[in-house]
Amino acid sequence: MATNDEPLYPIAILIDELKNEDIQLRLNSIRRLSTIARALGEERTRKELIPFLSENNDDEDEVLLAMAEELGVFIPYVGGVEHAHVLLPPLEALCTVEETCVRDKAVESLCRIGAQMKESDIVDWFVPVVKRLAAGEWFTARVSSCGLFHIAYPSASDQLKAELRNIYGQLCQDDMPMVRRAAASNLGKFAATVEQNYLKTEIMSIFDDLTQDDQDSVRLLAVEGCAALGKLLEPQDCVAHILPVIVNFSQDKSWRVRYMVANQLYELCEAVGPEHSREHLVPAYVRLLRDNEAEVRIAAAGKVTKFCKILSPQLAVQHILPCVKELSSDSSQHVRSALASVIMGMAPVLGKDATIEQLLPIFLSLLKDEFPDVRLNIISKLDQVNQVIGIDLLSQSLLPAIVELAEDRHWRVRLAIIEYIPLLASQLGVGFFDDKLGALCMQWLEDKVFSIRDAAANNLKRLAKEFGPEWAMQHIIPQVLEKINNPHYLYRMTILQAISLLAPVMGAEITCQKLLPVVINSSKDRVPNIKFNVAKVLQALIPILDHSVVEKTVKPCLVELSEDPDVDVRYYANQALQACDQIMMSS
Amino acid sequence: MRRPRSAIAWMNPEDGDDRPEEAAAAAGAGDAAGASSSSSVAAQGQHQPLEWRFAQVFGERAAGEDVQEVDIISAIEFDKSGDHLATGDRGGRVVLFERTDVRDNASRRELERQDAPITKHPEFRYKTEFQSHEPEFDYLKSLEIEEKINQIRWCQTANNSLSLLSTNDKTIKYWKVQEKKVKQVSVMNLDNSRSVGAGATYASTSSSRALLPNGGCSDKSSCLNSDILFPPGGYPSLRLPVVSSHDVNLVARCRRVYAHAHDYHINSISMNSDGVTFISVDDLRVLLWNLEINSQSFNIIDVKPANMEDLTEVITCAEFHPTQCNTLAYSSSKGSIRLIDLRQSALCDNHSKIFEEHEAPGSRSFFTEIIASISDIKFARDGRYILSRDYMTLKLWDINMDSGPVSTFQVHEHLRPKLCDLYENDSIFDKFECCLSGDGLRVATGSYGNLFRVFGCTPGSTEATTLEASRNPMRRQIVNPTRPARTLTSLARGVRRGGENQGVDANGNSLDFSTKLLHLAWHPMENSIACAAANSLYMYYA
Repeated sequence: MATNDEPLYPIAILIDELKNEDIQLRLNSIRRLSTIARALGEERTRKELIPFLSENNDDEDEVLLAMAEELGVFIPYVGGVEHAHVLLPPLEALCTVEETCVRDKAVESLCRIGAQMKESDIVDWFVPVVKRLAAGEWFTARVSSCGLFHIAYPSASDQLKAELRNIYGQLCQDDMPMVRRAAASNLGKFAATVEQNYLKTEIMSIFDDLTQDDQDSVRLLAVEGCAALGKLLEPQDCVAHILPVIVNFSQDKSWRVRYMVANQLYELCEAVGPEHSREHLVPAYVRLLRDNEAEVRIAAAGKVTKFCKILSPQLAVQHILPCVKELSSDSSQHVRSALASVIMGMAPVLGKDATIEQLLPIFLSLLKDEFPDVRLNIISKLDQVNQVIGIDLLSQSLLPAIVELAEDRHWRVRLAIIEYIPLLASQLGVGFFDDKLGALCMQWLEDKVFSIRDAAANNLKRLAKEFGPEWAMQHIIPQVLEKINNPHYLYRMTILQAISLLAPVMGAEITCQKLLPVVINSSKDRVPNIKFNVAKVLQALIPILDHSVVEKTVKPCLVELSEDPDVDVRYYANQALQACDQIMMSS
Repeated sequence: MRRPRSAIAWMNPEDGDDRPEEAAAAAGAGDAAGASSSSSVAAQGQHQPLEWRFAQVFGERAAGEDVQEVDIISAIEFDKSGDHLATGDRGGRVVLFERTDVRDNASRRELERQDAPITKHPEFRYKTEFQSHEPEFDYLKSLEIEEKINQIRWCQTANNSLSLLSTNDKTIKYWKVQEKKVKQVSVMNLDNSRSVGAGATYASTSSSRALLPNGGCSDKSSCLNSDILFPPGGYPSLRLPVVSSHDVNLVARCRRVYAHAHDYHINSISMNSDGVTFISVDDLRVLLWNLEINSQSFNIIDVKPANMEDLTEVITCAEFHPTQCNTLAYSSSKGSIRLIDLRQSALCDNHSKIFEEHEAPGSRSFFTEIIASISDIKFARDGRYILSRDYMTLKLWDINMDSGPVSTFQVHEHLRPKLCDLYENDSIFDKFECCLSGDGLRVATGSYGNLFRVFGCTPGSTEATTLEASRNPMRRQIVNPTRPARTLTSLARGVRRGGENQGVDANGNSLDFSTKLLHLAWHPMENSIACAAANSLYMYYA
């Protein structure tokens, strides 16, 4: 038929390909399910397409994932919200598959649909789905059900609500750790919909069970629950119920749970409020900073600044700073590195005097750390400390650190420090830069590693932007252009690259007078790679230059290159010539 | 499938032509044993030695048939419920068996109809097989990677599909085996010239066309449709493909591959009780994985010395505690077992307990260290005991007692004078597995000559049975010096069969070191053992 009905033909193919052998075609059809639905009309979508999809649940995971996603936005195609329930069966089936990402997507889509359904429809259709899944034979169904309670609960009657709470309680005691984990991680969402009086009683007792689970993996998810539940409870209840749990968790036997506490500490402090944090969580945090396990110290060290912001400066100096000092000489480089990445942020918290007195020695010792990441992390946050105490106190130690990093034998380290050079330049000022760093920037142009040379060229552009063309004319351009005579063609190529980057910043005049002649000269190079790069650079320069210059200088050069014996040179020269003509024509 | 298994008949005893004789023998033995021991079972309870009977054999070798190297079984594993059994072989294949006596009433009825004795013992049938690993070549190290399956571990079943992990020397794979409908698309939108081509593609059966009563229907519908104009609001002429499914196929799909993480050969893998993490273990390292993530793993134990010349000990096997998610045991080539508490730190190079037995001074010989190497460890189901196998013995350890093993069982003491020969022909490096019964009352392990031994491990038990992986497991029993024969039937049979044995030494044990029984597994719920003799899978019950 479709051969006659031209407009239908593509859709007909699309529909047929829902069952094609090729997974790519099936995937393509599923992704355009809305088109198919529109072509079928609302009624047939409900009566035919959706049941058809429901039977399709043994397809490849990729197809199922796409289907779960599409069905989440399918309400308009089945005839609006009053028919939304027809979408539940296929998604319910998808909630039981083995692949986690498919299940998660199906749950997400169910939530999205449930959020739009009418209250009575939720009770009639959605709640039964939740109950069926929660009683499912396979753990996958029960896992999925945990993520649906918060949608079902608000619309339910009191009796049904009690039942749902009861079911959730059972899920939290399921035999399968996977189900308990899902229940633990969704508890916060569910609890947010539960009435305050049940929250304090039933939900808290469910939560208490989870915090004492045998499986480490369940307990560590309950840590997140602390923060979520803490925000829901009234302050005094939170202090009474949540605070002891957090303190217990911070001394859990399993380092993974303690790690989680260290990682979530700020959220936990938010939940219990600053006052109680100061009083009860400082000792817990100090313990974490001195934990036996390096992973826990890493997480704790990374939160130093955020935590100190909650505390008063005195408390920070009194309790936290001694730990910070110990951490700055921790045996694990990763701990020191984590500390270095946040410690500069403590300067504004502590104020000028305390920073100079207490923090500065730590900065300096970290700047001399044997591990480059630690030094890099300090340098990357230099602006924060600059605002508080100025750079002068640090500059003496900074320079050796920078120079050492600039010459580090690992190119990734060199690359990282180059990235920070514009930041350093802006913080240290022109004078310091000229004296100390200018030479380094030029040195990197002749690095052995391409990525470094490439980054060095980019760095010059950023510096020229930072300090302006005039400064660049003095401090960058002459040195760069000098290097075009380097005997090695790869280094000459770097200079061409630098020129093409600098030209837009420097403006037409300087480009024309200083840069262009160097490029034109290079077109006589003996290495073809240089020559076709000249063509490329010239093409990039055309928009910057005056038309007269293009006509007089650029074009003849390109024409000459377009007759080069090397095929690549001819190719790029012709491309540039074409670009040339286009620009001339358009203006 | 790369190598079809046509050469080997997967058969149940029911299918075998010698079934009547076998059934009669089993029945006879059962009667005799039942009569003599029915009263004493209650009194002696667990001390009563088990009477082992042949149940089934899969892939039995015909007389004179050569065993193909690739068919040799290299791994056996029951799933948690005992309803499924998986074997892996040197050809990289995994074969699954399913239990028929519990779920499938049809076969039970059939059995009864055949007047066979109603035996309450697990019966399995071939379910499916798939090619898990292929031979590979590591170009960076110029190393050939064998496809041989080193170990299989079942994962949590979900959604009616079976999941398992299988590993060769380097790569672990996560498999899902699921029933899939064989689909036949019968109605398409596009004209029949296309639908003939495309419609038949979904099914692999060549006879699918004939199977379809509506095969002509598709043609008719496309004729009909072409006449209809489109009304507003949906095109009624469009139709969804009609799918008819007749058969279900078992399809094995590889869900994830965990590769390129091991520098040395993987000797074991083990699932954590949390259901989502597992470890893979090579000679020097233990890696921790999440089932869902194959891009990273954590090196939790590393025994590699800074200088490889200082290497004195390698990891031979590791297993998670069956219920405590934080406990893990690993064994070493020096005969020690270390217990690790994963809660203590991220890097578990320090053990929380070590179990080893110090040999009596003066008994040291050249072989002491070689035969001390532990080839396999298994936790008992409650997690309280660990069973270990070294070359000469089985040892049972209580994890609350690190001064020495609770019991030691000599597996083949008669070989001790022959250690020199065993060393010469490399047999001394054979890695025998061990297993515990589900109730923890008995242990079993293999030996040479296709023999395996079952020991009672309750205090005071003297049970020590020697069985042969053949249709007649008890025939070697009479010559077992550790205990006298109990029943007349076995005595009679022993004498009768004993005379046939050629090339048997004074102890009645064959000196054929090539027929070794390395792999065996005990059913988790019942007294049933599956063991591998070369390419054959023998199953016994008691």
